[in-house]
Amino acid sequence: MTLERKTRLIGLYLFLGFIACIFVLPIIFMVMSSFKPDLQLLSDSSSLRAFLPVGDIGVDNYRDAFSRAPVGLFIFNSVFITATTLVLSLFLASIAAFSFVFIEWRGKSVVLAIIIATYILPFETVAVPLLLLVNNLPWLSTEGVTWGWLNSYQVQIVPWIIRALEIFLFVQYFRDLPRDLVESARVEGASWFQVYRRVVMPLSGPVIATVAILKFLEMYNNQFIWPIMVVQEEGLRPIMVGLLYFFQLNTAWGEIMAYLTIITVPVLAFYLVLQRAFIASIASTGVKG
Amino acid sequence: MAGIQLSNVRKQFGTVEVIRGVDIDVEDGEFVVFVGPSGCGKSTLLRLIAGLEDISSGELRIGGRVVNDLQPKERGVAMVFQSYAIFPHMTVRENIAFGLTIRKESKSVVEQKVAEAARMLQMENLLDRRPSQLSGGQRQRVAIGRAVVRDPSVFLFDEPLSNLDAALRMSTRQEIATLHSQLKTTMIYVTHDQVEAMTLADKIVVLRDGEVMQAGAPMDLYHSPANLFVAGFLGAPSMNFIAVSVENADAKEVRVSGPAISGVAVKTGERSYTTGQNATLGIRPQQLRPMSDGTGPLNGTVILTERLGSETIVDVRLNSNDSIVAALPEDTILHPGDAVSFDFDPAHAHLFDETL
Repeated sequence: MTLERKTRLIGLYLFLGFIACIFVLPIIFMVMSSFKPDLQLLSDSSSLRAFLPVGDIGVDNYRDAFSRAPVGLFIFNSVFITATTLVLSLFLASIAAFSFVFIEWRGKSVVLAIIIATYILPFETVAVPLLLLVNNLPWLSTEGVTWGWLNSYQVQIVPWIIRALEIFLFVQYFRDLPRDLVESARVEGASWFQVYRRVVMPLSGPVIATVAILKFLEMYNNQFIWPIMVVQEEGLRPIMVGLLYFFQLNTAWGEIMAYLTIITVPVLAFYLVLQRAFIASIASTGVKG
Repeated sequence: MAGIQLSNVRKQFGTVEVIRGVDIDVEDGEFVVFVGPSGCGKSTLLRLIAGLEDISSGELRIGGRVVNDLQPKERGVAMVFQSYAIFPHMTVRENIAFGLTIRKESKSVVEQKVAEAARMLQMENLLDRRPSQLSGGQRQRVAIGRAVVRDPSVFLFDEPLSNLDAALRMSTRQEIATLHSQLKTTMIYVTHDQVEAMTLADKIVVLRDGEVMQAGAPMDLYHSPANLFVAGFLGAPSMNFIAVSVENADAKEVRVSGPAISGVAVKTGERSYTTGQNATLGIRPQQLRPMSDGTGPLNGTVILTERLGSETIVDVRLNSNDSIVAALPEDTILHPGDAVSFDFDPAHAHLFDETL
């Protein structure tokens, strides 16, 4: 290895290390602070001590966080809402995309264009009409037909199942699959659903991982305004709404850090499981995550 | 087993008509080859028969039953694709068994049929491999195996040998011929390679621009091409065409002359000619005989010689400036610039009422 090449490599790694720090340091800060009392946390935050487990270290914040808010319940709610939405989203978005790509029907390109156009509408523009809509929808439960979805799980799940992005990602990926595979399966006698289940989906691992991660982050990390609008019952709240419990009267910074640390664990676990497929997918579809 | 009839079949993509009223009759057990240049509609025609495209108008019958509106799976056809189209996420065994498991055949039937197909195609030791671990020829055999196990009434092949190298192409071609003689199932085979067409077919259908140019037994088409296109398409090297005009015509024989040639009497076949009419004389390269004394009717200069081993191909520029090709015995030695003279038997020449 020449000296010039060595210098270049060292420079490159320093740069990459710097970028990695920008992303990792806040997480270290969060975890370290979760073990510190508020006074020390605030005084440490102006020095490098903020990133180190020094001073008065303890798990009091975790104990207090659990006593201030039903943390376990919030995590359950978020995981339940996220998992249900995720499964339904993967199924419905992929099967919609399958129809757009492989089945011939009149007007499908127009319908697809309209669906993709809806992606430019920010949630805020549809929030109020959506609220009015869900308030007048029927639901079938053990009590018979009830009207209005407020204060329920379904109001936090159904409106989020499909967004244009998921369909678009599947459409892009399916278009790159060899058409002959689908056609040969058809000639072999497979129904459209069998083609979907036995040929197309087994070959779609990367795009499934991409959509799964995007959906997970959207549902687990970013559900805040909508649950505040539609859920008043504490027992149905997701984690992000739970964060508000720590901003009452005096902001309890240590407990907030403990709470955030706890709710970050499922995200990291989910990402680690799908990381490889996710990177492969970004590299192969050229779609930004 | 089933015959296939296409009656006035048309296919349009938007405003473009790619199949223009095709009539083809495929008998039960026949091996029919659709041949033609790229874009002639031969693959589209195959896909119409498979049910992968809808027929715009006309009627398609398989085994006497009109199948225009039937799904591919209801037509009893199996298809082998140019790209093999075997499923990369399944083993060879799962690939071959795919159609059977879709039809929910019992496990023992599936195992027995897969084993039978594997034996027939000599790939018993490959059954647990993935397609990525196979060579192109092996993949094509898997695709054929997948078609065979279902006992279809019709096999469709879409340029199955195009992705193989020359040696493999020849051996796979022989395997397909053997397969047909064993199964005696109706087969339709699409290719742009006239050698495959000539060697495999009971019947060749030559297509151009979505129309049937001629259909018939390979040697009938070779000996009696219906038009310039078929004459030029079948046979390698291609037939030589020389512009002539009719000097003198009677019912049996026509006397033609042109810039390159004079006073040759040719049999007319079914066409009729009038004196003064422009026409085209066709002579196969194999029919040309070099005359060392320079007395042949065709005289010119050698441009290029290609020694293929079994024969020597000679490109000649005639004195009239026309180009012709001669296929001569392997020991013929000619060099660029040599003057040559060729004779031919008028009985083996073809006259066409089309002009070049």
